[in-house]
Amino acid sequence: MSIEFRHVRKTYPDGTTAVEDFSVTIPSHSTTVFVGSSGCGKTTLLRMINRMVDPSEGEVLIDGEPVSGIEPVALRRRIGYVMQNSGLLPHRTVLDNVATVPVLTGTPKAKARQEALAQLDRVGLDRSLANRYPGQLSGGQQQRVGVARGLAADPNILLMDEPFGAVDPIVRDELQQELLRLQRELGKTTVFVTHDIDEAFLLGSQVVILQRGGIIAQIGSPAEILAHPASDFVADFVGAKRGKRRLTAEERSAGDDVLLVDAGGYPAGVISAPDGRLILAGAGPKSRSVSNKTDQAGDA
Amino acid sequence: MAWVLDHLDLVWSLTLTHVGLCVPPIVLGFVISVPLGYWASRSSAARSVLLTAGNIAYTIPGIALVVLVPVVLGLPILNPLNVVVALLLYAVAIMVRSAADAFASVAAEVRQSATAQGFAATQLFWRVELPLAGPVLLAGVRVVSVSTISLATVAALVGIPSLGSFFTDGFQRNFAVETLTGLVAVLVVAAVFDLILGGLGRLLMPWNRRRRLSSSAAKALSQPIPTTGRF
Repeated sequence: MSIEFRHVRKTYPDGTTAVEDFSVTIPSHSTTVFVGSSGCGKTTLLRMINRMVDPSEGEVLIDGEPVSGIEPVALRRRIGYVMQNSGLLPHRTVLDNVATVPVLTGTPKAKARQEALAQLDRVGLDRSLANRYPGQLSGGQQQRVGVARGLAADPNILLMDEPFGAVDPIVRDELQQELLRLQRELGKTTVFVTHDIDEAFLLGSQVVILQRGGIIAQIGSPAEILAHPASDFVADFVGAKRGKRRLTAEERSAGDDVLLVDAGGYPAGVISAPDGRLILAGAGPKSRSVSNKTDQAGDA
Repeated sequence: MAWVLDHLDLVWSLTLTHVGLCVPPIVLGFVISVPLGYWASRSSAARSVLLTAGNIAYTIPGIALVVLVPVVLGLPILNPLNVVVALLLYAVAIMVRSAADAFASVAAEVRQSATAQGFAATQLFWRVELPLAGPVLLAGVRVVSVSTISLATVAALVGIPSLGSFFTDGFQRNFAVETLTGLVAVLVVAAVFDLILGGLGRLLMPWNRRRRLSSSAAKALSQPIPTTGRF
């Protein structure tokens, strides 16, 4: 289930251009992240995939088939969608929320609920929450229900619009790890929208950095972007310019660990160095053994 | 008190007549106002036209309307249908605003998310928007119910029996007990209706009990209740 944007453009009736000439191919079974500041058109682009927004020009194709030829309601039912603040139906129980799409597509209610219970297990939610209403759950739990709902009909494509934007950094960390685990298990073609570059680098195998108007500033793997920022804009956006990504080992060591600081002198993480020798992971630039979370996690 | 006990039959039959006058306008007013309110929540032009029309209709004095309706409908002045139509007009006048606010109180993100899950437009209305508008709709119906029950007493002024007959009769005979009996009966009917509506709300919207109202819904609920005395 690959997705292709072909010279897509979106102009609103009032004359504002949200996206001008955007072309990208999203490979199947992996996660592509659209990252950029607000106003860069990332959500607009995401919503073109399930026809919540129709492009003014150009087209979006799923496995070579233009989505413009697919009836929107049918299209949406085969694409999972998770959004910020979960967007759960407040008048339906957790279980019925998860069972939403299967019920819409005609699965008998009892069977859909039975399967929804299994979905709760999959996203790490206790079954005792099944009969609660969304308003009775914490933000993190609601977001898990949102993911379970997005996956309930076993779609090939999963769209996620800043799904973890409104939860606190610790819960967000858990949810991100959970998503990585699910993605390893399920291998959905996932398109993820965020304004948080750390989140983009953590989750994306392909990262698309967007500028205002849906202009692609750079596209590539996190390692490629970090090692070779295509422009000052990208360098600035990923924090390279401010020295956030340029880490140096501090002399002062803590046991077998050596403290790493960024160019501004702020502690950024630790790296293990028994007897003062750095261990190279061998995985090259893909290594994630260095924790270099910046303060952006607290921006939401 | 002795008078009341002697006339319990009359109190009961006039109460039933009164309820018979009130139920159709309350139910029909709801049924008519929901689509109008939905329309008003969707189009600002429709909203301003409908709400203005509602406000104007509500300012027509009750007695004038009860006299006017038979002329317009061509019915005999003593036909109770005149009163029902007049009450229906007031009910819609109040309820359209509540219904418009009710649909406006449905969070845009919930509507968007439901659309993204694949609810078709009609499913979105029946399964998402209407139930979520429920708490504010219910608040509106409760106001309409009290207002209608109070207004229906006007019928007595044109000779159509209702609990208002106790007012006209008691006034003519200068007999306060009778007037007071009518007043208490009206209050009891209004209280019973309100209890029934509240119960229906808890039954149909179990999710609403355990959840704080969204701020927009709370705002819509805290609107001043229109005055209902119309003599």
